[in-house]
Amino acid sequence: MNWGSASEFFAMGGHALYVWGSFGACAALMVIEPLLARMRRNQALNELRREIRARNESQDET
Amino acid sequence: MNNRIINWFKFSSPQTFYPLAGKMIPWFWVLTAVFGLAGLYIGFFVAPTDAQQGEGYRIIFIHVPASWMSMFIYLVMAFWAALGLGFNTRLSGMMASALAPTGALMAFLSLWTGALWGKPMWGTWWVWDARLTSELILFFLYLGFIALQSAIDDARRADKAGAVLALVGVINIPIIYFSVKWWNTLHQGASVSLTKSPSMAQTMLWGMLLMALAFWMYSIAVSLTRVRAIILERERHAGWVEELPELKS
Repeated sequence: MNWGSASEFFAMGGHALYVWGSFGACAALMVIEPLLARMRRNQALNELRREIRARNESQDET
Repeated sequence: MNNRIINWFKFSSPQTFYPLAGKMIPWFWVLTAVFGLAGLYIGFFVAPTDAQQGEGYRIIFIHVPASWMSMFIYLVMAFWAALGLGFNTRLSGMMASALAPTGALMAFLSLWTGALWGKPMWGTWWVWDARLTSELILFFLYLGFIALQSAIDDARRADKAGAVLALVGVINIPIIYFSVKWWNTLHQGASVSLTKSPSMAQTMLWGMLLMALAFWMYSIAVSLTRVRAIILERERHAGWVEELPELKS
């Protein structure tokens, strides 16, 4: 075990800014990117639903 | 025809690949979590403090995996681009487009963590040395690929133009990899190489390899998610898309 206490862990031997700046940015981007990819798929699905509904409605009228 | 031969072209059709990718994605997330948690545990709690760099060296556990993936994803992207140019398969171009943003993210993380590592160890965020500059060029190649593709309306023509750019840019990958050997750089040499035993503690190496596996699985999971979106966008007028169960509700 490297750390005597939680505060020692967060201090990272005086390199807290650099270590947590790296891991923090990495974690944030790796949460955001999958959410964006999922949103893109949901958008495509919604557009397809709208198109299909519009087509079905125009068929009903004729 | 010999029916023992797997028909690989079957999997190259978006119609077959779309549901297959959907089934694989959760498994790659599970692998990402398993490798990531194991890697972080070893990286923070098992690997010892570095004699020279103190705790600051722990940035290595994301810096090296991100840098490896930034180069590897580029090679995979160029492979799909070449396949698309050669065989004119629809899925290849979609795969290349799906990989580019993830590759750009890895290149960015490599530069970002490198800057945060360079400041305490070298005393500077950035130097124009061969390793750093060629990695920056890689980041711009990804951005250029994305910008070029989004500037062309016709998807098939965008694939072709992107493929040419991706293939020309491949020359940069060996330049990045060998830059620390070919030129005198501030960046340290490879800690892990195929020809000699690694110049680091066993536990540090294991932490790094586990994190690299986690980054790899992450890249697969997120680019499969993105390729499914791209398939829906491009195949919207195909009959099979309208038969999808997720559109029936």
